[in-house]
Amino acid sequence: MHFFLFLSDFIVPFVIFGIVLYGLLQKVPVYDRFIKGARSGFLTVIKIMPTLIGLMVAVGILRASGFLEFLSSGIGKVTGLIGFPGELVPLTVVKMFSSSAATGLLLDLFKEFGTDSYIGLIASISMSCTETIFYTMSVYFMTAKVTKTRFTLPGALFATAAGLAASVVLAGFMQ
Amino acid sequence: MLNKLWAGMIIVGVMFGAFTGKMPEITNAALDSAKEAVTLCITMVGVMSLWVGLMEIAECAGIIKAASRWMRPFIKWMFPGVPKDHPAEKYITTNTIANILGLGWAATPAGLKAMEELEKIEEDRRRGRLPGIVRKRGIASNEMCTFLVLNISSLQLIPVNVIAFRSQYGSVNPAGIVGAGILATMVSTLAGIVFCKMAEGKGSS
Repeated sequence: MHFFLFLSDFIVPFVIFGIVLYGLLQKVPVYDRFIKGARSGFLTVIKIMPTLIGLMVAVGILRASGFLEFLSSGIGKVTGLIGFPGELVPLTVVKMFSSSAATGLLLDLFKEFGTDSYIGLIASISMSCTETIFYTMSVYFMTAKVTKTRFTLPGALFATAAGLAASVVLAGFMQ
Repeated sequence: MLNKLWAGMIIVGVMFGAFTGKMPEITNAALDSAKEAVTLCITMVGVMSLWVGLMEIAECAGIIKAASRWMRPFIKWMFPGVPKDHPAEKYITTNTIANILGLGWAATPAGLKAMEELEKIEEDRRRGRLPGIVRKRGIASNEMCTFLVLNISSLQLIPVNVIAFRSQYGSVNPAGIVGAGILATMVSTLAGIVFCKMAEGKGSS
């Protein structure tokens, strides 16, 4: 446990230190190179800024309308039948749109059911194998100026569903 | 797809909000989200410049090349259409490594650069300079779809945030989910890989 927290504290400074030191040893003009890279990173963000505004407004509206909660309570009744606790549906649905909103829901679940309950375990495990599908897709595809995304969404949903199923099974073993 | 998704979110949101009487909240959400997006971009400009700058040093020093060599068999197999030593390869490598290590802040910049490079490959295909299926502008290539699905299935070794939250909420063994998390993330990534390999085979649709 301490090791992991230690690792998370040290990994970023260590990566920065390692790259700069190794660059110096290889006689790379480190600062010149850094500026060159930083410029290209800067421009990439500026290019996606309008995309991000459009996307976050749409997600914001959808979230404020209460539609996500409505949708998840509906789905929850169905998923209970196949062994996926309905309490976890809001977390799963919201995680597809926003990581920070999902964190809020995860903490609510921890408070209500406890971290090591069946539901707490599924929630903990599933957080490591799911991503903000819609956010990632929009930002990445807008960067490549793509609007027809073909098999990305079905593929992403399939991978997420497989991860969730694995989480439920694994949590069952751990209990 | 994105046009419909985007419009769908707004239309459903406003209509649903009208029924549930949440119009003031929606007004605030629209304005606040726009502001939040700009704030997020300003933060991201900093992080992205820092990271891509560091990557440029790593690139020059040969670190990326060494990592690419190690990952090449996998990348080659997942993205057969990416030419050897194309910049897309190095960004895909960096993004995958950052994802595995749970460095989200480093994964996104590399991921966005990878998408830019994949789009350049598409542009070259349209001009006949690279082999592969020619698609109209605006249609995702196989590489783009596969890259996104891999990314979203998020192969991650240590979910640091979740461990921290668990310890904060009194878990007896906060890091106890690490093993199960790795298994679950492997299952989702494998499912994603299988799906992509099958979908790619269906060709140009």
